[in-house]
Amino acid sequence: MKPYRYQRARDIPGAISALAEEPNATFLAGGTNLVDLLKLGVMEPEVLVDVRRLTSDSVEELPDGGVRIGAAVTNSNLAADRTIRSRYPVLSEALLSGASGQLRNLATTGGNLLQHTRCVYWQDTTTPCNKREPGSGCSALEGHNKNHAILGASEHCVATHPSDMAVAMTALDAFVVVQGRNGEHRIPIEELHRLPGDEPWRDTTLEHGELITAVDLPLLDLAANSKYRKVRERASYAFALVSVAAALDVGEDGTVRDVRLALGGVAHKPWRATKAEEALRGEPINKANLRAAADIELEDAELLRDNAFKVPLARNVIVRTLLDLAEGR
Amino acid sequence: MEQEITIKVDGTGHRLTVDTRTTLLDALRERLGITSPKKGCDHGQCGACTILLAGRRINSCLALAVAFEDEEIVTAEGLAEDGGLHPMHRSFIEHDAFQCGYCTPGQIVSAVGMLEEASSGWPSSVTADLDADEIVLADEEIRERMSGNLCRCAAYVNIVSAISETAGGEARR
Repeated sequence: MKPYRYQRARDIPGAISALAEEPNATFLAGGTNLVDLLKLGVMEPEVLVDVRRLTSDSVEELPDGGVRIGAAVTNSNLAADRTIRSRYPVLSEALLSGASGQLRNLATTGGNLLQHTRCVYWQDTTTPCNKREPGSGCSALEGHNKNHAILGASEHCVATHPSDMAVAMTALDAFVVVQGRNGEHRIPIEELHRLPGDEPWRDTTLEHGELITAVDLPLLDLAANSKYRKVRERASYAFALVSVAAALDVGEDGTVRDVRLALGGVAHKPWRATKAEEALRGEPINKANLRAAADIELEDAELLRDNAFKVPLARNVIVRTLLDLAEGR
Repeated sequence: MEQEITIKVDGTGHRLTVDTRTTLLDALRERLGITSPKKGCDHGQCGACTILLAGRRINSCLALAVAFEDEEIVTAEGLAEDGGLHPMHRSFIEHDAFQCGYCTPGQIVSAVGMLEEASSGWPSSVTADLDADEIVLADEEIRERMSGNLCRCAAYVNIVSAISETAGGEARR
């Protein structure tokens, strides 16, 4: 591991200016992903600026009926929060489906959003990877790509975003509160992560030195009827092959009044399934309509050698999850 | 680059100078000679290095020593009260919940932390009612909640029964 300087900023502005002064510095929060990447030599910062104690570690109700989650709230505290469990169950379920008890106790909300892909080639410094070493090529294109993206990928990168939490937050229309040198702003979570395009080394739209301080969940009544379903190769403690976060409101007449749908494990970012949502609104909720809506979302899928199974898997998980919600399961 | 830190382990404070790259696991084992936290994978995947930090179980291999100074650390050795055995220690022995024993300290610390989480009402991904006030630690719950601890000897069946008995005993008290 390359030597680095460790510093603990006194406050948020101090942390932001510490990064501004050092182009090869990075924030450290829980460290569950970053420390591993330091060991692997994938990340080699000169300076670690510890922000774990700087941002809020509580979940607060907002005057407009929403909820603000401090960036330092651990994954386990967020999953166990009573307000989240009753009003946004999809978020608790997503968090509980990820990692292990030990990891959830250290991992933070801000850090979870900014964790890196688990693409094996990105994590292996002996192989080419455009994300790690721009221009070196993408080993996954011709390599083992069972876990890789089916939507929104590019010829430069087919990595997927590993977070479960962010998929749920995407379905919930969350906003990310970001502080930088020019003050604070809120961005829709859909605009935080990006598709790889021809700059796969950029995971997010944040600029160097911008710090996530909180995540806001807006008031969303249908979120009380929401669910996270994750398919993986083990019963526990594994990343998603495909996951679905969904919230559903079905009217008395059996038609979809409103729906939120996001997919994990399929793209470089949590994938908001807006086309499927659009296709479902106002339609009777039944298997045929759900399949058709899922197919519309997945029709642009581009497949690699090993990941074609993700298309029928995603479709089936979308259908099952929404049927469960419709039937109150 | 080196930094001077204080860490509190099993009730005792230690002042030491560490390289900023040192994990809590390496500080405990290599610098303080506290070897009950084991180095298995060193990547947060096996749980052999599990310790309690401020009462919660974590992987000490992914925690930098400089980042967690001044927080109370408890290892499998420190669980023992008055030099005796913790009920979880005893239960592992009674249920023969290990073979080679390498993962055992991590399993025991993790189990103790897990019981505390369950008694705080934390749900898991197999909890049927997310809103439940009380968690019933059926075997399925124990397996899910202990999935961060691997046992290459596969002593899982006896590990689950050792934890189950301790959990029941605590509930009866």
